[in-house]
Amino acid sequence: MIDIRGLNAVFGHGKHAFHAVRDVSLTVDRGQSVGLVGESGSGKTTVLRALAGLLDRVARVDGEMIVAGETLLQHRSREFRRRVQMVFQDPFGSLHPRHTVDTILSEPARVHRLDRIEQRVVNALEEVGLDASFRFRYPHQISGGQRQRVSVARALITDPEIILLDEPTSALDVSVQAEVLNLLMRLRHEHGLTYVLVSHNLSVIAHMCETLSVMQNGSIVETMNVQQLRDHNPTMPYTKQLMTASLGYDRAAIDAFEEFG
Amino acid sequence: MTEITLRSWLLAEIPGSRLQARCQWAFINWLAFKRNPVALIGLLIILGLVAVAALAPWITTSNGLELHLSERLQPPSSEHWFGTDELGRDIYDRIIWGSRITLYIVALVSIIVVPIGLVIGIVAGYMGGWVDTCLMRLTDIFLAFPRLILAMALVATLGRGLENAVLAIALTTWSPFARIARAEALTIRNSEFILAARVQGVSTIGILFRHVTPLCMSSVTVRLTLDMAGIILTAAGLGFLGLGAQPPTPEWGAMISLGRQYLIDQWWVPTVPGIAILVVSLGFNLLGDGLRDVFDPKSGS
Amino acid sequence: MVQTLETPLLSVEDLHVTYDTPTGLVRAVSGVSFELGREKLGIVGESGSGKSQTGRAILGLTAAGGEVRARRMEFEGTDLLTADQPTMRRVRGAGISMIMQDPKYSLNPVMTVGAQIEEAFLIHSKSSKRVAHERTLEMLRAVKIREPQRVYKAYPHEVSGGMGQRIMIAMMMIPEPNIIIADEPTSALDVTVQLQVLAVLDDMIAERRMGLIFISHDLNLIASFCDRILIMYGGKIMEQCTADNLHQAQHPYTRGLLNCLPRLDGGQSELSVLKRDPAWLETTGMAE
Repeated sequence: MIDIRGLNAVFGHGKHAFHAVRDVSLTVDRGQSVGLVGESGSGKTTVLRALAGLLDRVARVDGEMIVAGETLLQHRSREFRRRVQMVFQDPFGSLHPRHTVDTILSEPARVHRLDRIEQRVVNALEEVGLDASFRFRYPHQISGGQRQRVSVARALITDPEIILLDEPTSALDVSVQAEVLNLLMRLRHEHGLTYVLVSHNLSVIAHMCETLSVMQNGSIVETMNVQQLRDHNPTMPYTKQLMTASLGYDRAAIDAFEEFG
Repeated sequence: MTEITLRSWLLAEIPGSRLQARCQWAFINWLAFKRNPVALIGLLIILGLVAVAALAPWITTSNGLELHLSERLQPPSSEHWFGTDELGRDIYDRIIWGSRITLYIVALVSIIVVPIGLVIGIVAGYMGGWVDTCLMRLTDIFLAFPRLILAMALVATLGRGLENAVLAIALTTWSPFARIARAEALTIRNSEFILAARVQGVSTIGILFRHVTPLCMSSVTVRLTLDMAGIILTAAGLGFLGLGAQPPTPEWGAMISLGRQYLIDQWWVPTVPGIAILVVSLGFNLLGDGLRDVFDPKSGS
Repeated sequence: MVQTLETPLLSVEDLHVTYDTPTGLVRAVSGVSFELGREKLGIVGESGSGKSQTGRAILGLTAAGGEVRARRMEFEGTDLLTADQPTMRRVRGAGISMIMQDPKYSLNPVMTVGAQIEEAFLIHSKSSKRVAHERTLEMLRAVKIREPQRVYKAYPHEVSGGMGQRIMIAMMMIPEPNIIIADEPTSALDVTVQLQVLAVLDDMIAERRMGLIFISHDLNLIASFCDRILIMYGGKIMEQCTADNLHQAQHPYTRGLLNCLPRLDGGQSELSVLKRDPAWLETTGMAE
């Protein structure tokens, strides 16, 4: 479904050039849920944005990306934009503050000239567990968890095949996170969606994904099956350290932490 | 059967349509605005201006243009509330009819300046790169123009008249709006909701029009009301120089110009139009401050 | 570290923080009581639980419009409720210090790191600049900064997040307070850096026998870092327990929170969802 080969992304020029993504290769099969985990600056979000075609004027992107048989070029086709959707991290920032939920949800339908727009909006809201009373509210009138649901509903309007998720629950309270993660899992099974999930939280990735790639400093350090993670059995030392750190505070273990690159 | 009043519709928890949602938003902003008494005064003044201009035929006794040389330079009295000018015309009537001209100037400048400034600003801010550079240099050029010199140049080419004065004012006033719009666009450009719109496949025009513009409107509106005082004063100044409205049009600035020689002995002739300009400028300033407090509370108290 | 039987450093009884807003009265904190000894006390809760407001109320840093009431709020014999401004100024920094979330916003961007730390020192101690300079370098070394001279001359934007937080720690520790209130001190940091910063804090607190109030939304982190835990919801304390006993917690809110966390070794089945019971907000909700 998704095939990335030798992806490179460089921000800025000359002395200030920042090589955010170095030679990343990734494969995602149809219906799979793949995780990209790493700390800040690891390049995981950049990979997602490169895939979504959002790095247009800000970075030089090299490498091959093939999505659903289509080789991605400078501009994304309309069909790509229908097939591939994205959910962002900040529940407030990803919804236009002056648009009602209804406007936010109808926009993708209008852009792609879909039929029965109103019906689609109502259905999408239902799917994410929000009733029709939310239709004409503004983002500041609803809670963070509800906003994130609206983001997910927006991603579903065009009947996509792939959803890119950029830290979808990092800004949410733990109890709300559980609801949103459950929602995402249910939708994936119901619609046969393919997910690429980016997170810094190993537990979330372990819960949501079948395979994961660990990124550091722009490169993929290790790709593994989630079972390996669950068995506490990563290969690379960086991954081991990341995993130990995710388990909580352990004074003795911290002394053993290395500085990686 | 429950009665649905306008107020309950505006305060309803669950808006049932986009119209209702928009009205609710406007109502809430209105309530915030109302809390500021000084801003309300500003609003009243401007509404007063509009009312006076609209009701002119009914609240004046003449059209302010007829000469009554026998009644030159009469002081304020029960017959002529603001006295008469050097040609015997009733100043009160001229002020009232002049309010229409003031409103005309305000409206015309706004209609020219806001769209131009907005479009140039948001395109420059959103596109960045050489588009931004070119447009901003263009803006700088117009910013550097001294208004009066430009007015004189236009008058020399196109002839005297209120419209040409307005054009001159508009051409030298749009630049700050472009800068404001550009600043907002620059801030918004990398917001996640813009990225989301791009991922949806919204065209650049669509993003500029439906996403960026609504967010610039409050700063632009505030700036416009605050600048309005200056625009009126400039128009008055041009009128004063004889470059704007031509006699016998009762434009307030021209009235001051023609009346200034009578300042010592017949103070009412230039002073009354001066007070009118003062009051209207103040009104716009107070209104603008009030709007700014509502839309951008961080910058105020 | 087990709580000793000496008098507690801080006693808070029935704390209320209320805000009067145009839409009505907001009770940010309603009836919180606890004691802090020479230990690490964690206050955990979701957003809106009142945990940050509790920390700020102790230091008299409640935002304008907020009213603070309590039956008792005492720090080492000083009544924090009735203390006048000069007394509170002495308490803040030399008695109780606060570390906040993002060093980007709490460090002065136009002063060098060294200058800021020196200033923090000189406010509470009448010493010479030379002594202040020495102590500053000492503190930078104590927070495991390898090149204290270089960092001394640096500006806040030139250092990384983790180093910024360690600088904050140095700055807050230099007046030698007895209590540190840390409000989400590591939430903006990467997970390995988080733990390294906490290790520095841990060592210093143990060495100086201080008390720590650690406020966070991260239940896992608090459970592994702190000695005792307070769980807050809706402005009230739902449960108090020792960190070791967290997994035997009784209160349904605590159990709910524990159960809805995704786990590294958990399966992919649905996460259990917290069902909020309005009854929790009615009672004081305390379970020992």
